[in-house]
Amino acid sequence: MNEWLHFVGIVLLISLAGALWRVWRGPSAADRMMAAQLIGTSGVGLMLVVAALGNWAVLLAALTLAVLAGLSVVGFVKARSSDGAGDPEEAAPPPLGSLRE
Amino acid sequence: MARAIPKKPRRPLSAACGNSAGMAWGDIASIGFTAVGLVFFVAGTVGLIRFPDVFSRLHALTKADNLGLGFLALGLAFQAPGWTEIAMLAMVWALALVAAGTAAQMVARAALAEGDKDERP
Amino acid sequence: MMALAFDVVLAALLILAALAAVAGRGLFRAVIFFIVYGVLVALAWARLGAVDVALAEAAIGAGLTGVLLLAAHGRLRREGLEADPGAGGQGFAAIGGAGVALALGWAWFALPEPATATRAALDSALPDAGVGNPVTAVLLNFRSFDTLLESIVLLAALVALWMLARDGAWGERLGLPQHARPGGVLASFGRVLPPLGLLFGAFLVWSGADDNGGAFQGGTVLAASLLLAMMAGLYLPPRIGERLWQSALVLGPVVFIACGLVGALVWGGFLVLPPAYAKGVILAIETGLTISIAATLALLVIGPPEQAHNSGGAA
Repeated sequence: MNEWLHFVGIVLLISLAGALWRVWRGPSAADRMMAAQLIGTSGVGLMLVVAALGNWAVLLAALTLAVLAGLSVVGFVKARSSDGAGDPEEAAPPPLGSLRE
Repeated sequence: MARAIPKKPRRPLSAACGNSAGMAWGDIASIGFTAVGLVFFVAGTVGLIRFPDVFSRLHALTKADNLGLGFLALGLAFQAPGWTEIAMLAMVWALALVAAGTAAQMVARAALAEGDKDERP
Repeated sequence: MMALAFDVVLAALLILAALAAVAGRGLFRAVIFFIVYGVLVALAWARLGAVDVALAEAAIGAGLTGVLLLAAHGRLRREGLEADPGAGGQGFAAIGGAGVALALGWAWFALPEPATATRAALDSALPDAGVGNPVTAVLLNFRSFDTLLESIVLLAALVALWMLARDGAWGERLGLPQHARPGGVLASFGRVLPPLGLLFGAFLVWSGADDNGGAFQGGTVLAASLLLAMMAGLYLPPRIGERLWQSALVLGPVVFIACGLVGALVWGGFLVLPPAYAKGVILAIETGLTISIAATLALLVIGPPEQAHNSGGAA
């Protein structure tokens, strides 16, 4: 069983490496932030795997990561708003046709 | 290091209740569910790398990954030494879902408001 | 075999994320890589079995520091100062970083091998510490002087940050005027998560006495909950002079010093804890420290008052 759990961990790490590539490549800030979010989710998954490998107290660290997972995204959208303290839902978004791509 | 929960003998059922191949049913369930979870994780990352624009990439990873995390937690629950750990696994997943739903919504709004500007230096 | 492969891949990704954080161009990318690096370091500590350190790293590195850096970057961006430092600046930073690394490495090898801090000595002393978690025992009993000074450093950092406030803004509420669409996603998230964070943070402190957790980890989770409620516009940040908040900020150091003085007067030395009273005293100090750490960290991220009605501050 431990062999399999280690294998699961390695696949999760490789999937995390793909997200690292997206952080590097961007191109937009939203891409980088979401890739970081994915790394957070994979990190929680990896914590669960490490816990299952015998040290179940690590579940506390997984819970900490999960509780704080939304915090950096909130910081991100706040910092991107026009006065640095707002909410992206407040301003009317531009019409869809004006977007790149 | 002190542990949160005193360690009980792991999977007391595994010795008594195995199949003909000598593997415990709990282990088989673990392997099955975590494998499904891995498929979703990998799918999310492939989407993050391959999809053409920021909104479809958002879509790919916030859904697939959290489904993957759910299956992973479900699979690992069969290895848990007690109900406390199972409850904590469930809590981890629930919290991750709340955070991911919020994150996807807010980042999409922020990207929409900015018109998906290229940040490359 | 598989275990080794897992560790090698984790270590490789850790180094990769660290290099990407310092080597790439673009400040925002560096910030994101730093957050990612925090997640990976937390994983590495968990893998090494150091759950308390993993908890602290997950809370600070992947949580609070990320928000702090993102807010700082957002501010640079709004003021048009986002440009990279340039080759000269980067070279200077590289030399400075390498110098610090060399000095730390030299200090590590130059220090004598610690004779007392071995695991066996710790295990034999642990029954007298009053708590079962060896990390808590070291932080709040055997080496409590260091922890006392650290708690004061945190407070000093906040005071230094407040000194950056403009004169006109001094009496205003801290930070920018936070707002969010009522009933929107952010406002809802700000209602859902803080109660859970509060519960979990308090649990971490309680659990820290005998199992994993501690004042620092719990305080950080509490700070994050507080911060989220503030950033969602649901709870107004305080003004500098508010008595309740001032008391919260100094509570930890005050309780700590008071316990130390009681030790000096009654038990024969500053910060001396007799085994019979150790658990109660440590829990009192931890509770005070948690409240102070939570308040200090949250206010550090919120920043100095900027809600001036005249020039500068909130644009």
